[in-house]
Amino acid sequence: MTTTTVTTRSRVSAALETVRDPELDEPITSLGFVASCVVSAAGDVRVRLRLPTYFCAPNFAFLMVADAYDAVSAVEGVRHAEIVLDDHFASDAINTGVAAQAGFVRSFDGEAVAELGQLRADFLRKAVLAGTDLVCRPLLAAGATPAALAGMTLGEVPPSPEVDRLRQRRAELGLPAGDGDPLLVDPATGAAVGTEALPLHLRHARTTRVGIEANAGICQGMLRVRYDTRGEGEEEKR
Amino acid sequence: MYEKDGEKYFVVDTHMHYWNAAPDNWVEGAEQYAKGWIECFYGYHGLGPENTRWPLEKYQKYSEEDLMKDVFEEGHVDVAIFQPTNLTEWYKEGFNTTERDAILYEKYPGKFILNTRWDPREGEDGLKTLRHNVERYGCRGVKLYTAEWRQGSRGWKLTDPEAYKYLEACQELGIINIHAHKGPTIWPLDKDAFDMTDVDHAATDFPALNFIVEHSGIPRIDDFCYMATQEPNVYAGLSVVVGALMHARPRFFARVMGELLFWVGEDKMTFGSDYAIWEPKWQVEGFVDWDYPPGAEFDDYPRVNATSKKKMLGLNAAKLYDIEVPPEYQLAPDQGTPAARDDAVAVTADSPTATSA
Repeated sequence: MTTTTVTTRSRVSAALETVRDPELDEPITSLGFVASCVVSAAGDVRVRLRLPTYFCAPNFAFLMVADAYDAVSAVEGVRHAEIVLDDHFASDAINTGVAAQAGFVRSFDGEAVAELGQLRADFLRKAVLAGTDLVCRPLLAAGATPAALAGMTLGEVPPSPEVDRLRQRRAELGLPAGDGDPLLVDPATGAAVGTEALPLHLRHARTTRVGIEANAGICQGMLRVRYDTRGEGEEEKR
Repeated sequence: MYEKDGEKYFVVDTHMHYWNAAPDNWVEGAEQYAKGWIECFYGYHGLGPENTRWPLEKYQKYSEEDLMKDVFEEGHVDVAIFQPTNLTEWYKEGFNTTERDAILYEKYPGKFILNTRWDPREGEDGLKTLRHNVERYGCRGVKLYTAEWRQGSRGWKLTDPEAYKYLEACQELGIINIHAHKGPTIWPLDKDAFDMTDVDHAATDFPALNFIVEHSGIPRIDDFCYMATQEPNVYAGLSVVVGALMHARPRFFARVMGELLFWVGEDKMTFGSDYAIWEPKWQVEGFVDWDYPPGAEFDDYPRVNATSKKKMLGLNAAKLYDIEVPPEYQLAPDQGTPAARDDAVAVTADSPTATSA
């Protein structure tokens, strides 16, 4: 294996880490969804993806395969990328559609009326809410009052991976994400959440996070029942 | 029935099956779907305790003797409610049909409640079948699986005009309990198939019916909670919630239970084992023993006690289905009314518990 291949290989791995399950808001690598990744000396990449069940929702599956294709194709040194989803009822439609860069509607002829931007945005909003709980819970535990949170800006929150992630998700949605922007915003409108609405907003944030994390727990448990091998870049059991 | 620490629990298993998913029942040309479906179920099965797991062959087709032993002799269940899922595009005689469940329903009087199912895409013929099933078996509930594939269609919504005809028929026929279950596909495929907005609309438009959302909306627990707290006739079915999380992910289970208890309330949560995905025995016993683990993250969730668990394990469902409960298993008059609709939490920013500390 040449040094170039090694470098390309590590870049491809890094690219795959940027691809998330849009519903679980976690990288497909840490979720164990990347079954294998092979990079040839010439820069041809073949990635195999796998999911917890044969019947996982086809729209989310399509997004992950398409995002992986885009991420890997953009890596310097990659000549050709092939992403293959295994063992799924819609594998053929998804694999063929992504390879042809046909989009969702054309890949599922007659069964879909729109591309998946709306679906992705809906789940990004959930990710913002869940991220809000992740960031606010330690602040409340440290004694911050709800009123103080309502007046806080993103720049005033102590730095952490959680707050970086929250800002990144907000930016992806086009929501205010700068230092001077409010910590708490309505994920649909970007408007600041007032003191009055804050308790319920935080409750929603927490419930959203519980829902996402419980799903991720079920998905990872089922993936382990289905496949007894560790995925590429999969983290040790948390 | 189950007794622990001097407390007596009447157990209604509100969501269970008698399926046949063996290869000889797979439709020619659709084998991959029939196989994929039961293997997906088997993945869930693997989330239960190791000593309760079955080999795949038995899991595909278990016997009447298995069911009677697992559910009633060992599983502590007093009354079990069959929830059919047809899937006749993939399984020759169907996966778990009303007719198949009826064999056991008729053979063991008093043990089972037989729910039926409908699919709005079946039009007038489906309505006739529904009427027939109500006349023959006295069905008072239906299981609706919106992701069922049918002649190229990948699913339907409760708000489809045809579905409203069926809901009207339910009212007319005395069917009061609608068990709604979302699956991974729907038309069009670009929408979130698990979205429950249609159940919300139907619950508003049919206030006399009870809508029991199976698996409490998993994988959309959050959306379910916000909906349920606003609709007095929406209930949380706990099947899969207990089976998939209580053993495999106890901390997630505690958080999900806390959320459901907060937004929906213990009067509107009903136990279901989802047999044969999992056996009821470990679920009933574990649920009775369950409490929040230590940790500040659980501190502001509503507490549970033996009374809460009596309601969730059986008394709420007994009320919904008019099941006679022996006096020693009932609550004392000052312990509340199971399945009380007005006990909906109706959480707002003003609710005393709507703090996030």
